[in-house]
Amino acid sequence: MKENSRRGFMGKAFGAVAGVGAVASLYAMKKSWDPLPSVKAAGFTTLDMSTYPENELVTEKWRGKPIFVLKYTKDMLAKMSEVDKSRVITLGNDTFMVCLGLCTHLGCIPGYNPVEQNFLCACHGGMYDLTGEVTKAPPPRGLDIPPFKIDGTKLVLGEEGPEYKAMKENGITL
Amino acid sequence: MAHFTKATSVKDWFNQRLAVDKVEKVMMSEYWIPKNINFLWAMGMVLVITFALLLVSGIFLLMYYQPNVDLAFDSVNYTIMSEVDFGWLWRHVHGVAASVVFLIIYIHMFTGIYYGSYKKGREMIWISGMLLFVAFSAEAFSGYMLPWGQMSYWAGMVITNLFSGGSLHADGLVEWIRGDYVPAQAFLNRFFMLHVLLIPVAIMGLIGLHFGALRIPHVNNQDGEEIDFDIEAEKYLKGDKAGSRVMRFANDFMSKDMMVVGIYLVFFFYLVFFHYDFAMDPVNFDPADGLKTPAHIYPEWYFLWSYEILRPFSTDIGLMAFAFAQVIFMALPFLDRSPNTVPASRRGLFKYWFWAMLIDMIILTAMGKVPPVEPFGSIGFYAALTFIGLWIALPFITMMEKKV
Repeated sequence: MKENSRRGFMGKAFGAVAGVGAVASLYAMKKSWDPLPSVKAAGFTTLDMSTYPENELVTEKWRGKPIFVLKYTKDMLAKMSEVDKSRVITLGNDTFMVCLGLCTHLGCIPGYNPVEQNFLCACHGGMYDLTGEVTKAPPPRGLDIPPFKIDGTKLVLGEEGPEYKAMKENGITL
Repeated sequence: MAHFTKATSVKDWFNQRLAVDKVEKVMMSEYWIPKNINFLWAMGMVLVITFALLLVSGIFLLMYYQPNVDLAFDSVNYTIMSEVDFGWLWRHVHGVAASVVFLIIYIHMFTGIYYGSYKKGREMIWISGMLLFVAFSAEAFSGYMLPWGQMSYWAGMVITNLFSGGSLHADGLVEWIRGDYVPAQAFLNRFFMLHVLLIPVAIMGLIGLHFGALRIPHVNNQDGEEIDFDIEAEKYLKGDKAGSRVMRFANDFMSKDMMVVGIYLVFFFYLVFFHYDFAMDPVNFDPADGLKTPAHIYPEWYFLWSYEILRPFSTDIGLMAFAFAQVIFMALPFLDRSPNTVPASRRGLFKYWFWAMLIDMIILTAMGKVPPVEPFGSIGFYAALTFIGLWIALPFITMMEKKV
């Protein structure tokens, strides 16, 4: 019996060592799958907002995704309701739409019509107004606004500034 | 130490060390197969041969393929297709086999459902088979990423997005799977690893389990009869081959099995040489571009039925329906409450259930391919509801079934 309890102890000791090792290696494996620091560092894009022409959609790239930048004219701004304006990003005297250019339905890229001043997604017919708010289903919500921080005349995408945090709290974007 | 004698022949030398005669008996000549079967029982061997074709063609593709976002597309479409002698052959064998293997898997599955080959001790055969289906699906998906064309990229985007769980918005999980915010170098590299190492190893392990699960309950037969394999085998070995209800796996069964394999291979290589294009999506001959979505994103034909269960619903319900469709086949042995192990044709309502399920999955497949415009959208929606309804009805209709 003494023999058995000694074997039992050895079994338990091995189990404990193996268990610690297994948990530790799972942790290492999980961390190895994480995005690399270089990938994370490349997750910030700075846009010089003083260079954009009015009412012309410019597509930028942030984290590999298209970013729609649309500078509003005075007329476009005048057309908007107060609710619409909550989606507008203001830098000095200039106003912009800055949105992820991916349809919130299934991720296709909508096209901009500068005459009608709206967006149409060709995949399933979803439509957005000039602030990126959805006007026709199937998209479940307006175009997402990427995290941004206003820095003078520059906009840093990927960093959460106070204006972005306010939008997020008010449920304007996810 | 075991006692070894001077070998009388090469075979004897091996026999003393590796018991080759014994192994041959256990695996081949005294592994017993019922006689009461038909050509559908050859699908297992057809799958083994197709897997071998995938493995061999894959080895040659691996010699020239470059898992790099800048080089992958050209290494497939230029190097392998134009520069490597017979590179086109390996690619087309690999592509056609990846598609056809699912056709055979579906035939194999529905054969099992029809004849009740998932019951009375055969549950583990069914479960290991469904695990193989999952592993093959993962293998097909990861392989589809590798040419790094538009469909590769956008299929990778859409499928990994599924892991955000709809309204749960688990974007961190999606980024973790990708190793980046979008499918990029880290994504291509890890899916390359999954495709050429981890999943194939898992598949080979599961094939071992699938075969092992067959040993005790043995192969089912056309009437679902319970056969006492020991008595029948003894009868056979005593010389009453005609009276015995079983035959040897090799060469009795294998000879006919390989006949079916031969016919299959003629069909297979006809596709490889003359119709390989059905397994090659034209959209995937445009290099991956994260700033341009293809007009219509759809999966390969073998995933269309489950895609169509996802598509007609709103995001969250669609995801739940999709998850249901992915796992529900696994539970078949437990949802079928009937004690009968006979062909579906003798099982009352189950007969209609079987054909309804088969036809419904064909309709879902067809609707998954077309754009979601009317009337296809509605047909797909009702076919998806029918799929879920049939599974909910299964325990009830099989409970009512009379014992035959």
